[in-house]
Amino acid sequence: MIAAILRRPILAAMLALLVLVTILSSVSIVPETRQALIVRFGKPDRIYNRYRPSQPIGGTGAGLAFRVPFLENVVWIDKRVRDVDMERQQVLSTDQLRLEVDAFARYRIVDPLRMYISARSEDRVGEALRPILGSELRNELGKRPFADLLSPERQGAMENIRRGLDRVARQYGVQIIDVRIKRADLPDGSPLQSAYDRMKTAREQEARSIRAEGAKQAQIIRAEADAEAAKTYATSFGKDPAFYDFYRAMQAYQRTFVDGGKDRPTNVILSPQNEFLREFTRGGGR
Amino acid sequence: MNDVSGWAARARGLFSDSKGPWGPSGGTPPPGDTGGNGGEEPPRPGPASPWGTQGPARPAGGNPVSSLDVLIARSRARFGGGGGGGSGGLGRRSPSPQFLVWGVALLVLLWILLSTFHRIAPEERGVVTQFGRYSRTLGPGVGLTLPSPIERVQKVDVENIRNIDLGSVGGETLMLTGDQNIIDIAYSVRWNVRDPELYLFELQNPEQTIQQVAESAMRAALSATTLNEAIGEGRGDIEARVQENMQRILDTYRSGVAIQGVAIKQADPPAAVNDAFKAVSAAQQAAQSDINQARAYALQLRQLSQGEATAFDKVYEQYRLAPEVTRRRMYYETMERVLQNVDKTIVEAPGVTPYLPLQQSRPPAAAIQDPQAQGTAAGGAGR
Repeated sequence: MIAAILRRPILAAMLALLVLVTILSSVSIVPETRQALIVRFGKPDRIYNRYRPSQPIGGTGAGLAFRVPFLENVVWIDKRVRDVDMERQQVLSTDQLRLEVDAFARYRIVDPLRMYISARSEDRVGEALRPILGSELRNELGKRPFADLLSPERQGAMENIRRGLDRVARQYGVQIIDVRIKRADLPDGSPLQSAYDRMKTAREQEARSIRAEGAKQAQIIRAEADAEAAKTYATSFGKDPAFYDFYRAMQAYQRTFVDGGKDRPTNVILSPQNEFLREFTRGGGR
Repeated sequence: MNDVSGWAARARGLFSDSKGPWGPSGGTPPPGDTGGNGGEEPPRPGPASPWGTQGPARPAGGNPVSSLDVLIARSRARFGGGGGGGSGGLGRRSPSPQFLVWGVALLVLLWILLSTFHRIAPEERGVVTQFGRYSRTLGPGVGLTLPSPIERVQKVDVENIRNIDLGSVGGETLMLTGDQNIIDIAYSVRWNVRDPELYLFELQNPEQTIQQVAESAMRAALSATTLNEAIGEGRGDIEARVQENMQRILDTYRSGVAIQGVAIKQADPPAAVNDAFKAVSAAQQAAQSDINQARAYALQLRQLSQGEATAFDKVYEQYRLAPEVTRRRMYYETMERVLQNVDKTIVEAPGVTPYLPLQQSRPPAAAIQDPQAQGTAAGGAGR
């Protein structure tokens, strides 16, 4: 054997090369992330590493795949969760308000054969799903008032959309795992502007009511203090109103004429009949 | 067979060409001699050689024996003779093909070594696939695998916490809140890889997925709160809700990603309405200062009333002991003080109407300020 190789090394090398090429082209490495569809003369024959739910990683059939060289081709199909990102959609709510919505869907190719027959490649599946996602979204969200559009998760709208899209996607051998709204914005221009105006006026209203509330509280605090002071005075002075009258009069004179008359002296014209001048006129003749 | 020999001839040319850069120098093949530097004849200057006289002539195509044959013969001799380099039976020394073989062997060996030992850093895990099929995960340290085409290792950093920033602090990222207000928000998501296998094999585009899920979860969380909550104390709540929600969604994708935290860096009203929001806080300040003033007034009034009442009570106590005397005393003392300071006119005769010079009754300011004059006037009048 070795002698034969050595006698005709070129021939041996050629043969070895041929064998190597044949082996290499009859064996493919199927990674975990891909499903391999073996196509014989354009007719799909068998599938390696096909997706099946709840299979542990490493037990899915990835590894070496064999095929007849030159007769069979491998079509690679992604096994992972892929996404289709929708273009912005304008959704009209039942109360005639508009909302711009960005959504995405996650999907997985669960039937590579069907996918291969109906769309040929993964990218074309995404292209096919995108408009359907848009219309499902518009249809489903268009049944709702604007307020519900803001959190459609709570009303199960997203699940409806997922189901609707999934029904179509099954035709492509695709399972829709999830549909979500990424963004929901008011359209630029008058809707956005009127929302701003509403926010502004709401704040102004709040500001005014805060001021009014503050003024009210301040007034109440003052009134309470006044009342308390009045009560204090009344309990104290009410013990002898006559004396209070006199006492307060004395204080008033003091304040008016002495404390208040410092910068402007007062002119007083007294009649001798005045109480203060009583002794003055009586002249000590008691 | 003819075919094969033709191929052989072509291959021969190929091999001889690949012998070295000197190749068939100058178009005229030099007669066969011992190549290399062991030549007995002096080097012949090749007229067309770009290397001038420097390059020694090489045995290019002079001999009909192909280089491959030589190589095989040589190696046979070498293996037989225990590696005696120059003692080949053919006596030709053309080492480059030999080196090529050994070099290739060495490279293969090196390749096998390099692809067998894997150094996994402490923060990494090595995911081993055997012909594409997941086989095991290597922990930190040195991991052994079969050489490269059979087993491959993909290293995944699992400890490093990665950061995705969403919503720019500079620009505006507007979102709608549950009360149909608009908020400008910027936040970041910290995540790391929990399951390297899932991370590698289950998602087509992990980073983009995380980002999309973050946006979706944040929008959902904001649409369940009011603007005031989102701006104010509701932040921590929203962060927790977004994190939890993201984790739940990513788990349904079997992403192998752990969300470590969500941080809201900015949650403000949009610039277009910011002034109105500032007006609200100004109103709050104003209201507070109103209330403060009222409180100060109340405090003052309370003290004042208590003070006055107490003063009255004290005086009244004394008054009760001797009402008449106290009353008169107070009257006189007050009058005394009052009349000390005033200009007094006493009109005695009945029927006399005094002429009151009202203009004069208001002396210029300088006169008032003169305490001397006032004092004497008052003193004189008092006595």
